[in-house]
Amino acid sequence: MATATNKMLGHLGDSVERLEDPPLVTGKGRFVGDINFPHQLHMRIVRSPYAHGKIKSVDTSEAKAHPGVVAVWTTDDIEDVPPIDFREGSNPTLALFRQYALARELVRYVGDPVAAVFAEDPYTAEDASELVVLDVEPLPALIRADDPPQDFKGQATTEAAVVEQGYGDLEEAFSSAYKVVEIEAKVGRHTGVPMECRGAIGRYDASRDVLEMYGAAKVPHRNRDTLCRMLNRPASGVHLFEGHTGGGFGIRGELYPEDVLVCVAAMRLGRPVKWIEDRQEHLMAANHSRQQIHKIRAAVEEDGNILALDDELYLDQGGYIRTHGTRVANMTTGTLPGPYRIPVYRSICHFRLTNKTPAATYRSPGRCESTFVRERLMDEIATELDLDPVAVRRRNLIALEEMPWHRDLDVLGDSVEHDPGDYAGLLDQGLEQMHWDELQKELAQRRDNGEMVGVGLSMFFEKSGLGPSDGAKIFVDGTGHIEVVTGGASLGQGFETAMAQICAEDLGTDYRRIRVVHGQTNRIDYGVGAHASRATVLTGTAVSKTAQAVRAKALEMAAELLQTTPDALDITDGVIHSKDNPSGPSLTLGEVAEALAPTSPSRGDRTPYLAGEEWFNIDHQTYPYGHHIAVVKVDGETGEVEIEKYFIAYDIGRSINPMMIEGQLVGGLAQGIGGALYEEFTYSEAGDPQSVTFADYLIPTLHEIPNPEILLTEDFPSIRTPLGIKGAGEAGITGALAAVAAAIDDAIGIPGAIRETPISPQRLKKILSERA
Amino acid sequence: MSERKDIALTINGADYEVSVDPRWTLADVIRDHCGQTGTHLGCEHGICGACTVLVDDVPMRSCLMFGVQADGKKIRTVEGLADGEEYHPLQKAFMENHALQCGYCTPGFLMLATGILEAEPDISDEDLNDVLSSNLCRCTGYANIVKAVRAARDEMKAAG
Amino acid sequence: MKPAAFEYHAPTTVDEAVALLAEHAPNDGRILAGGQSLVPTMAFRLARPTHLIDINNVGELGKISIEGETLRIGATVRHAQFHTPVCDGVLGQLLTDVVAHIAHYPIRQRGTFCGSVAHSDPASEWCMVSATLDATMVAQSSSGERLIPAAEFFETVMTTTLNEDELLREVRIPVLSDDTVYGFEEFNRRAGDFAISMTLVTYRLEGGKIADPHIGVGGAEDRPRRISEAEAVLTGQTPSDEIFRAAADAAAAAIDPMEDHATNAQYRRDLTATLVRRALEKAAS
Ligand SMILES: Cc1cc2nc3c(=O)[nH]c(=O)nc-3n(C[C@H](O)[C@H](O)[C@H](O)COP(=O)(O)OP(=O)(O)OC[C@H]3O[C@@H](n4cnc5c(N)ncnc54)[C@H](O)[C@@H]3O)c2cc1C
Ligand code: FES
Ligand code: FES
Repeated sequence: MATATNKMLGHLGDSVERLEDPPLVTGKGRFVGDINFPHQLHMRIVRSPYAHGKIKSVDTSEAKAHPGVVAVWTTDDIEDVPPIDFREGSNPTLALFRQYALARELVRYVGDPVAAVFAEDPYTAEDASELVVLDVEPLPALIRADDPPQDFKGQATTEAAVVEQGYGDLEEAFSSAYKVVEIEAKVGRHTGVPMECRGAIGRYDASRDVLEMYGAAKVPHRNRDTLCRMLNRPASGVHLFEGHTGGGFGIRGELYPEDVLVCVAAMRLGRPVKWIEDRQEHLMAANHSRQQIHKIRAAVEEDGNILALDDELYLDQGGYIRTHGTRVANMTTGTLPGPYRIPVYRSICHFRLTNKTPAATYRSPGRCESTFVRERLMDEIATELDLDPVAVRRRNLIALEEMPWHRDLDVLGDSVEHDPGDYAGLLDQGLEQMHWDELQKELAQRRDNGEMVGVGLSMFFEKSGLGPSDGAKIFVDGTGHIEVVTGGASLGQGFETAMAQICAEDLGTDYRRIRVVHGQTNRIDYGVGAHASRATVLTGTAVSKTAQAVRAKALEMAAELLQTTPDALDITDGVIHSKDNPSGPSLTLGEVAEALAPTSPSRGDRTPYLAGEEWFNIDHQTYPYGHHIAVVKVDGETGEVEIEKYFIAYDIGRSINPMMIEGQLVGGLAQGIGGALYEEFTYSEAGDPQSVTFADYLIPTLHEIPNPEILLTEDFPSIRTPLGIKGAGEAGITGALAAVAAAIDDAIGIPGAIRETPISPQRLKKILSERA
Repeated sequence: MSERKDIALTINGADYEVSVDPRWTLADVIRDHCGQTGTHLGCEHGICGACTVLVDDVPMRSCLMFGVQADGKKIRTVEGLADGEEYHPLQKAFMENHALQCGYCTPGFLMLATGILEAEPDISDEDLNDVLSSNLCRCTGYANIVKAVRAARDEMKAAG
Repeated sequence: MKPAAFEYHAPTTVDEAVALLAEHAPNDGRILAGGQSLVPTMAFRLARPTHLIDINNVGELGKISIEGETLRIGATVRHAQFHTPVCDGVLGQLLTDVVAHIAHYPIRQRGTFCGSVAHSDPASEWCMVSATLDATMVAQSSSGERLIPAAEFFETVMTTTLNEDELLREVRIPVLSDDTVYGFEEFNRRAGDFAISMTLVTYRLEGGKIADPHIGVGGAEDRPRRISEAEAVLTGQTPSDEIFRAAADAAAAAIDPMEDHATNAQYRRDLTATLVRRALEKAAS
């Protein structure tokens, strides 16, 4: 579309600098902590120090009497506020397990909010919070999901749900197997831990009867809807605003107890209420994730062909069920077969409450866990059949000719329909780039010289672009500046730049002239936000469609003014000109916008404004794919693992800004390595959390993170979206646990040694000493 | 509440007089009482480095100092890095090398890097890695941060 | 995570500082040095001193000097001052090698040597250096000065024999002879973290035999100390892989490792054996 002479920037596929960056490198960002309102109060939460117990009393009198304190609430003060509901709407079978904004009758994890203190400043609020006296009768804590379930409020057990998915005849497949290969694999408890803690400000404008919440993120529209349901308010009277957000990774931006509290308090106390989470709270209050124990077996033929998989898993949900319901269980059981054929399959997830911080989605939910389990199993199959691990994978990969491949599984209400991709072909490219055969030889040689070095491979498919639909609005003003209004959200992944590039491509303008609005519920009624790698796929396509409509309108108006036909015209750098004679008569987009103004005589009976709104519906999610290769070195004496080399291959379909996609992959990988080797929420037998500081929850520094090589291909644009885009937010993390584990096995020469993450030096040392 | 102390400090060349509660951290004083919110808090216990500022040109964790201790000191924060409209070479390098995603850790990294490059303009790649491992970033995986700081170092050196 | 309230004092002389300390110590008044350990503890409200006596404005405490055969390190000498050798010879280089392992660059700009020693985290590098090299602590109170040998200083986790009204005014470390060799090793999971175990070893050779060996271990036990059982293995021996291994095993056997939720005793013991051996190898090379 662009001509060689134009200097406009930001076409699809260009690694342009981000629109987001200038305020962020100059200290002008507006994160929630940076926002203040006159007369605001500061909220501090009093949290349960008990993992499980019956609340006998909460004495707030001393705290209330503390100078500077305006109010102290317990659950009795907000009796009318229902528990926090599910994002997808009410769900009677799970309703019992929801969390109240302030604990009612029971506390169920250390960190469970019990009281809220509202004071003039954060220091005073914290002082007063220490004066709240909590009388709790402790109950036994349940800290393992595979221990027998306990009673839950006399109405159910802590096994809140059993999620089962599958297809085909298991019994037959297993009875005809050459061999049954079985493993147990555990993924540790870890989570997103963005660098910015959570925060929220509630503000109520009584003059307009509008409740506002600042500090929203990820899914502001969905959270508005839930708040409306809970507080019985119309959508027009609740607005959520997303500012800058210091990372999200799936956990930031869900509707949490504190969000509800600032809103209710703002209305009842008549003053803005600000809450900023501290790091210690964050590590015990924001969603945890991942922790699962799988027992899985495969029915295999002699050549490694898998006839069936049978999986049973225990998901450690923590104290309550939060906004996601059983989403992680659904995604785990729905994606476990990965890129392989797997003719017969069953997975049963025991979705169980324990007395830990509630869990939910974290970047690549369900896939990161199931990829670890499945790929560990693939390696075990290779070991037991004495086959090459790569060969076993190849034997089972869905072939290009078989695509699109339908699987009778449900992932978030959508059946799994692999869109075309050459899984084996990408593997070939990856192995070639990594000089696989030479690498094997070189590592073998080093092992002969006494080093513990090894390589591991993991393959996966991802999912992105969860539907069903999204819309976008575009408005061009008289100066030719363009505003794109979306219901998307941005937690740092470059959403504004991506949307601007898409819009620029269709509208023939420089991406820097485009302002992208996201996360403002008062600007657009609907929005999918940013989760499940859907922003670029879904919102991006809606933006593209809208930009095309606006382009058509601009050309049609311009054609009349320039006395030609629309198809004789093109737009370059915001100027509409004749295709044949680019330097001939022309109009700027701004001029056309003026011509379409409500009062403009040239408008005729066209709808006013150079503007548009279009929607995009997607029938199935898209399924990008890739693999990870890790090369590690183990210090056999200390148990330390050093990642010498890392490689990620990924087919993105079509990339909008490769620099940003690589950024997503590298950043995801850092979190993957964190999960593989460092990060873990551990608990004492009594249910006390042991990882509530950054000295205990080990986020890797740059010393621990390799600089990976990346092979980003665009071989198979998605057939589900006109632009061919697939998501990229999660692929950096999905294969990491499995690849690192496999590499360690190889390095220490003990196949199947690593069945649990994170692989701490102590755990590895123990494995090595037991073997010695 | 304890007795307030009157202090005077400069932030990016501007003078501030603040009556502080001694327990207010320097970070809180800079952010909440001087209105310079570019300095961020990521942990308030010294590990993440998001709060890094220059105190008399030396990078320090502003969450681990009390504001009262900055009396008479010269503080530099991310807001003072650019020279008017002109970006600092580090700011430019961060944008060019995609060294930020959410940008929350960015001010801390920029001030840490500014401090070290001013003190040791010839710092080796390896020593630079050691210094940059002081701060945490959850988004970028660090590779581009390292690239950006090296690029800025080379550019600043070339510019003399 | 906002500290609890306290009264702030900023003396400018040692006399003033110890007078304030004498007055307020009985009500949990404390010295504020670099604040790199105290402030985080206060942020978690695990410490809530009622008075802080900030010694950063006491000019006379910032001195570092060689007097005779001793290096004297004043109470406000920062970690970063050791980034380049503070004195000629082996000791200066040793301290420079060690300091790179303490926390991170910005923390080293503010944290102090004496603050580390007073704080007495079992995994503090300076505490281990002090124990290994037989440092002397100079404790000053309003009633006078007291010299405490390192072997009598560290009691247990974050507990020393310093009295609550005493300022650790100075740490004195004997200068190492030019023929002293040393090796330092530590292990942690992440750059800049406190060590799970660490060791410093020094010795000299007299006629090819090991003389005056010092083997200090930190991080593994509740306090850093010299491990005489391991030193005894070395004395009078010719350096060799076998003798280093034997000394390392003796050290590992002699210690009583701490356990915490992340690390068990067995791991710390094994690790200590590895580190001591590697440090001895490093010293010999
Ligand atoms: C992220 C992080 C990582 C760290 N990693 C390490 C590490 O790997 N190794 C390590 O050794 N340290 C580490 N530290 C701690 C750091 O080195 C501190 O600087 C040091 O432990 C304490 O010195 P300070 O001057 O900051 O003392 P402060 O924090 O000011 O004081 C600590 C305690 O000692 C008392 N005190 C201080 N000075 C005196 C004195 N002169 N007389 C009497 N009492 C005194 C104080 O009252 C207080 O109780 C780390 C700190 C952080 C934040
Ligand atoms: S906020 Fe200061 S180091 Fe994290
Ligand atoms: S860019 Fe988000 S934490 Fe660094």
